[in-house]
Amino acid sequence: MERIHLLNKLWEYQHQFGYISKKAISEISILLNVSAIEIESVISFYHFFQKNPTGKHTIYLSNNIISELKGFAEVKTAFEKETGCTFNELGNEEFSLFETSCIGLNDQSPAALINFQPFADLTPKKVSLIIQKIRNGENVINFASKVKSKIHFIPTNNKAVIFKPYEIGTSIKEGLKYTPQQIIDKISKSKLLGCGGAFFEVGYKWQSCKNNEADAKYIICNADEGEPGTFKDRALLQHLPGLVIEGMILAGYATGAREGIFYLRAEYQFLLKELEQQIKQFHDKNLLGKNIQEIEGFNFEIRIQLGGGSYVCGAASALIESLEGRRGEPPVRTWSATKYGFKNKPTVVNNVETLAYASRIIELGEDFFLTIGTPKSPGTKLISISGDVAKPGIYEIEYGTTIGDLLSIEMSQATSPYLVQVSGPSGECLNTTEFNRKICKEDILCGGSFMVFNRNRDILQILRNFMEFFKEESCGVCTPCRAGNFILTEKVKKIQRGLCTQEDLDEIQQWGNIIKLSSRCGLGKASPNALIMATEKFKDYFNVKIAPNNGNQNVEFDMENAIYEFDSLIKDTQL
Amino acid sequence: MENITFKLDGRICTAEKGLNLIEAAKQNGIFIPTLCHFKHLNPLGSCRVCTVNLNGRSVAGCTIQVQEGMDIEVNTIELLDTRKAILEMMFVEGNHFCPSCEKSGDCQMQNLGYETGIRFTRFPHLFVDRLVDARPERIVINQNRCIKCKRCIEEVKTADGYNVFSFTERGNSTKVSIDYKQEAKLSEIEAERAMQICPTGSILVKGKTFSKPFGDRQFDLGPEGKLFSLDKIKKHRTKNKKKRIATTSLAGCFGCHMSMLDIDLGLLDLLEVVEFNKSPLTDLKNFTEHCDIGLIEGGCCNTNNIEVLREFRKHCDILVSVGECAIWGGLPAIRNTFPLEECLREAYLESMTSEEGATIIPNHEDIPKILNKVYSNHEVVKIDYHIPGCPPNANHIWNVVKHILFEEEYSIAYPEFKYD
Repeated sequence: MERIHLLNKLWEYQHQFGYISKKAISEISILLNVSAIEIESVISFYHFFQKNPTGKHTIYLSNNIISELKGFAEVKTAFEKETGCTFNELGNEEFSLFETSCIGLNDQSPAALINFQPFADLTPKKVSLIIQKIRNGENVINFASKVKSKIHFIPTNNKAVIFKPYEIGTSIKEGLKYTPQQIIDKISKSKLLGCGGAFFEVGYKWQSCKNNEADAKYIICNADEGEPGTFKDRALLQHLPGLVIEGMILAGYATGAREGIFYLRAEYQFLLKELEQQIKQFHDKNLLGKNIQEIEGFNFEIRIQLGGGSYVCGAASALIESLEGRRGEPPVRTWSATKYGFKNKPTVVNNVETLAYASRIIELGEDFFLTIGTPKSPGTKLISISGDVAKPGIYEIEYGTTIGDLLSIEMSQATSPYLVQVSGPSGECLNTTEFNRKICKEDILCGGSFMVFNRNRDILQILRNFMEFFKEESCGVCTPCRAGNFILTEKVKKIQRGLCTQEDLDEIQQWGNIIKLSSRCGLGKASPNALIMATEKFKDYFNVKIAPNNGNQNVEFDMENAIYEFDSLIKDTQL
Repeated sequence: MENITFKLDGRICTAEKGLNLIEAAKQNGIFIPTLCHFKHLNPLGSCRVCTVNLNGRSVAGCTIQVQEGMDIEVNTIELLDTRKAILEMMFVEGNHFCPSCEKSGDCQMQNLGYETGIRFTRFPHLFVDRLVDARPERIVINQNRCIKCKRCIEEVKTADGYNVFSFTERGNSTKVSIDYKQEAKLSEIEAERAMQICPTGSILVKGKTFSKPFGDRQFDLGPEGKLFSLDKIKKHRTKNKKKRIATTSLAGCFGCHMSMLDIDLGLLDLLEVVEFNKSPLTDLKNFTEHCDIGLIEGGCCNTNNIEVLREFRKHCDILVSVGECAIWGGLPAIRNTFPLEECLREAYLESMTSEEGATIIPNHEDIPKILNKVYSNHEVVKIDYHIPGCPPNANHIWNVVKHILFEEEYSIAYPEFKYD
């Protein structure tokens, strides 16, 4: 067995037995000729691989912030009550309950995955029904929620790019009229930016992969949409999966790659069947396989690789590590992936949405694309809006649209918005004075996550949720990210307990900057962003939190909390 | 081999093209501290202590291969502070009880703590319960001290090429785990090598730990003539002819007080210029006068400690935490990784010496209540200065006191600055 198939092998065991036993680990380690601890190390890195037996039904309830604000606690209690199990423990024969970070269903939260089938808009009553059905022996596949997100907005005046009528093969047939270099030139001219969150120029990436000679090259579609609050990739894969596949094929044609890998996050495996069918359809129409559209020697194959549950694997370099069957630790990078990527061969890693845009640009022409949007960021962008809005869902907006527009009555219909978190926890938080800012390269970019919080929401609760997320999702290799985010989480908790001084707020700034300066990869460099910005932008909120100075040199100390344990213990053991 | 020139802190340096920056800097007489970098190993870039600025961007120094024209900053104020902060993060993340560690004195992390002059950590200690695993054949893995530098993961292999160590878990629970089967294949020499490459005391070989006596350990003496300047401490000016000092021991062992007496006859000179108020040395139970300086030994483990500490804050102009316990809890804080209930049960109900069927945990309104954990003094009151050590060297203590109270400038010799 090759190491690159390790994740698939682990999934086989996980699906079949509900966990990966010591015996299985030792079997796999013999197959791969490595020490058992190395296999265990991979298993324990990914959230969805269990080392201990789980019940017949594993339930992963999303604990992201929107879910937390929309009834997570009640739903959680309902699950525990109905199943008789406790969250994040092993559970019984029938059920195991776990919390998990965002599962890409923020427009329908609280949501959970039961045996990896989605269940959305949960309420305690709904939970009780679901568990009842499971106990009656019904298969969850048959009554899972239909979670196709609503598309609430498409630009008018013929400015839509993505959400237009689609016919299979149109972009490919159009694209094959040109030489590979011409395709890249078109993409470069269109100034298409990567849509995953890094906004790297797509044309440059393709060109550099094309220029690097090698006997094999790879196109990877990054469908590891892990940033809390974003679900546009999932929606795209449900509405227009063909567009994404065509983008991969075109990228392969342009760069000379012959193999495409679809890295699908584990949370989205309910899409797997549909995607496989779609790929089969492409084969049937001679859009995939050998000598595509009768072009001699143009072969392209796509396989789907399932992730294991890890946020950091959304970063291209970590994703490649994961594809190669290792822990998703972003490596120390000396070369870009377009030179030494997957299996050390030139590799293009593009986000789902990016590839969809690429095929539309070929289909509709780069000149059309350039007429839309702003000079530096032409075209449109998919935004997933969730939180305190009347219409959570997908919005295709022209670049240059303001935050205010997005919140307006014509679009998402936000109710007294107070804090808007753009691009997820690692992005930027905005206060009400910034709602005139525009989403575009010239002002503020948005990776896809757009979470709206109203005046009644507690900023500290939001920040704590974000910090707990990073604390859990850090790959653990470098000190500032691993320990620093833990330390900042404790700081937020301290402020929540009412022990806040000006010094604490200053320290958040200083410590956050140290983490940003010295972390190894983008995760660590972005993790304190929300916290740092919130303390700057919501001074009114934090000023109220600062305890009045008691005039002497005693530090805030919570004596009641410090002796609480002793007092209750004495009470319990005496008499 | 081609030689290239590059800039280090503005100085023109030369080295072989493509050489690792840490080595290249060393050849040019500039020391860049690092814990994960290890000779020929691939750059690991995991500890981040060597963070430098390359052409204005911050990167780990050990991941840089020097090229012509590179402009590298190593010792800016910001970078020096970042480096110190990262080390402090390591100290608070693990449970580094230097006084009880086998590797103390030979520990590279501890030495960098001295080098960067860490007296106390700006971050609160996290006190996570971590595993000490003695199940392997030869090796004991102590997770309390592991800084996840990855050296052992990359370097220690069996003769037939299998990895012995590997990371498991992720995020803040990431740890280095050992493969028992592969570990058993290691020879005594190989196991000892694993212990040597560990920059802390996380990997130990059974029966081989306390090999060197105090004074002979690698970092006991340090660079000759190296001094820790005290010029950053503010002088304290009073009109008192004789300066007044108060001392106390909270959750401590009185070892620091013993150490104070270690200047022997020097004490007589000291008494010419200072007088002791409330202190175990005078047996004065209460403050009779306002004092210039208060020396606190030990941290706070019960309500009485908190009261005494606050009283000291009220009656002293300057408060100094003396010793590891005062600074961050020290040995009593070993209990901080366990719930209080478990500690009390172990002590009073389930220990070998407790009476059968004992149900009572001693308590009375006159007995101070035990706090949920041991607190460092600066978590309770403002502390003006910290003197590390277990116990701190007598010269260290009195030089700090003299520096604060009198006109002359004092400094601390390297061998007097210790955590153990």
